Amino acid sequence: MPNEPADRARRITVQRQGPLLVEGPVEVELEDGTTVSSDRFRVALCTCRRSRRYPWCDTSHRRKTKGSG
Amino acid sequence: MNSYERGPGLPPSRGPLSGAVAGRLCGTGPLPRPVEAEGADPYGDDLQLALYLCYELHYRGFAGVGPEFEWDPGLLRFRAALERRFLSALRADTPGHDSLDEALAALLVEPVEGSGVTHFLGAEGELWQLREYAAQRSLYHLKEADPHAWVLPRLWGRAKAGMAAVEFDEFGGGRADRIHARLFAALMTDLGLESTYGRYLDAARAEMLAVVNLMSLFGLHRELRGALVGHFADVEITSSPGSQRLAEAMRRTGAGPAAEFFYDEHVEADAVHEQVVRHEVIGGLLAEEPELAADVTFGIDATEYLEDRLARRLLADWRAGHSSLRTPLAPHMSHTS
Repeated sequence: MPNEPADRARRITVQRQGPLLVEGPVEVELEDGTTVSSDRFRVALCTCRRSRRYPWCDTSHRRKTKGSG
Repeated sequence: MNSYERGPGLPPSRGPLSGAVAGRLCGTGPLPRPVEAEGADPYGDDLQLALYLCYELHYRGFAGVGPEFEWDPGLLRFRAALERRFLSALRADTPGHDSLDEALAALLVEPVEGSGVTHFLGAEGELWQLREYAAQRSLYHLKEADPHAWVLPRLWGRAKAGMAAVEFDEFGGGRADRIHARLFAALMTDLGLESTYGRYLDAARAEMLAVVNLMSLFGLHRELRGALVGHFADVEITSSPGSQRLAEAMRRTGAGPAAEFFYDEHVEADAVHEQVVRHEVIGGLLAEEPELAADVTFGIDATEYLEDRLARRLLADWRAGHSSLRTPLAPHMSHTS
């Protein structure tokens, strides 16, 4: 279809603090060779390496405060 | 079955305002007079239930109540009086941030020693407390993301596209078995609760009704679209860490696989939604209508205020060792043996 070029580049959004945002679906190959996939419309990939659900972001990059809340 | 018969039954009233609305819906009582709302406790059981009954007509209604009541002029006039009382109290009582950036920054840090409900449930919550939490929260989660869909026609461009994408995810990404409300119904089954829509309305505290009424109020008024966006941002930003703690609570208590999955799904989904809501929905809305920044901030602050009231109520009841519900739950048969 002329209005939907099939070879449109996939957009990845980067930010200094926070995950990489990638248009889904994605398949991610991990260091040990296994793959995980997500078919969400967009996925957030952990860049701080603190996620307990790596490679997916779980908001562990957030700054911690001493106070209670 | 006649469509009038579907939906939950009308709950017992909690005072003159809710009694008058219920009476009107049953065709047995006179139309409430708007002035009757003016002296009521804006956060109390009676006003909150009256408002909840009015709003529910826009969702699924009640068994035996004709759908035409949704646009009954007398009820709408009365609802407007209830809304004025609720909204003016919120504007007066909500400790407001000076700017949207400050309000968002406060949500984007994690306390080392949190004192909220999810911190309590994650660290030491018992199964009976998780069941009560789910019963209260079912008032929202069984219509999860529904009130927010009303904002879509009031947004344009990036804000609309971002909001629609998040809502699509909330509604299962095109698959009925992944609709978040359905995932919550499965969680309720794991916890030995009835997942029928509206089942726990009568059991829910005024503090819970107020949380859901806030969404309906913001969702139904175009004038409050900025506040709806702020409210949604608050929910999505705070959801991931809270869901992480609740998923752990479900695992620790052996609540069941669907109960764990609901919160596991929200950890990952809402880590994405948070980004989309902040960058696309808020960013897009304020690029079009920068004057709405104060309303977005109010939406965040009002949500925090009402969630904090609910948290204090639940924790006070549980720490005192008694039920947080108005009517206690039946025992969880599969876990009592």
